[in-house]
Amino acid sequence: MVSAIFVVLLLVIGIYCILATYNLIRVLIGVEILIKAVTLLIIAAGRQNGNMALAQAMVVSIIVIEVVIMTIAVGVVLGIHRYNNSLDSRKIRKLKG
Amino acid sequence: MFLDLIILILLVIAALWTVMTRSLLRASLGLALVSAILTLIMFNMDASLAAVFELSVCAGLIPVLFISVISLTQPLTFKEAVEHMRSRMARFWELPLIVLILGVILVLLSAKFKAKLPALETQASARFVLWHLRQLDLLGQIIILFGGVFGVAVLFKERKKRG
Repeated sequence: MVSAIFVVLLLVIGIYCILATYNLIRVLIGVEILIKAVTLLIIAAGRQNGNMALAQAMVVSIIVIEVVIMTIAVGVVLGIHRYNNSLDSRKIRKLKG
Repeated sequence: MFLDLIILILLVIAALWTVMTRSLLRASLGLALVSAILTLIMFNMDASLAAVFELSVCAGLIPVLFISVISLTQPLTFKEAVEHMRSRMARFWELPLIVLILGVILVLLSAKFKAKLPALETQASARFVLWHLRQLDLLGQIIILFGGVFGVAVLFKERKKRG
């Protein structure tokens, strides 16, 4: 139950980071913090249920997916930087509207 | 229990610092710190396999990815940096307050809701579950990894020069 409180706090921090920043790398950092919150939630739920083996298997899957998402997202951010010469999301004018 | 609580509080403080720090490089290192603290929590909860993955991949690989992107992008000029710092402080000063107030509210509420779930102790190890019970997960992971590889190959493909 204590872990659930901290999961909510981590989720709030991650969502706030995504909403309040204009830097694309910081947005990715916010997504990372959200994923950490989900990881902590699964481990805490596994411990609460006494089914830690399943929780660990799911966390391993999450970590693999997280790495792939981050690699692709970082590539997209680099492409945007090459095209716009900036990481500011307000300066991305293409695909707008 | 007390140690768990201290580590969880450290985790939230590290996450706050990661989000609020001015430098992107420090934010990447903060992310590694968050992962390392999460690893400690996992070890404490007897999830050693997931903890090893978290430490090696999330605390090792992902910050390296971020740092390499930061090094490939151009830094702000001094004037831009000063302006950016002011606007950041204006946007982020309320976050610690929100986290603190929400934390207090949740602690007060948690006394009312006691989530007692029935313990379903299984003897299977994480390795057995991963390789024998969740084989589709492994297939999905392989497909996603291939998708990632092709995605990176497409993103960084050099255009052929004509003539």
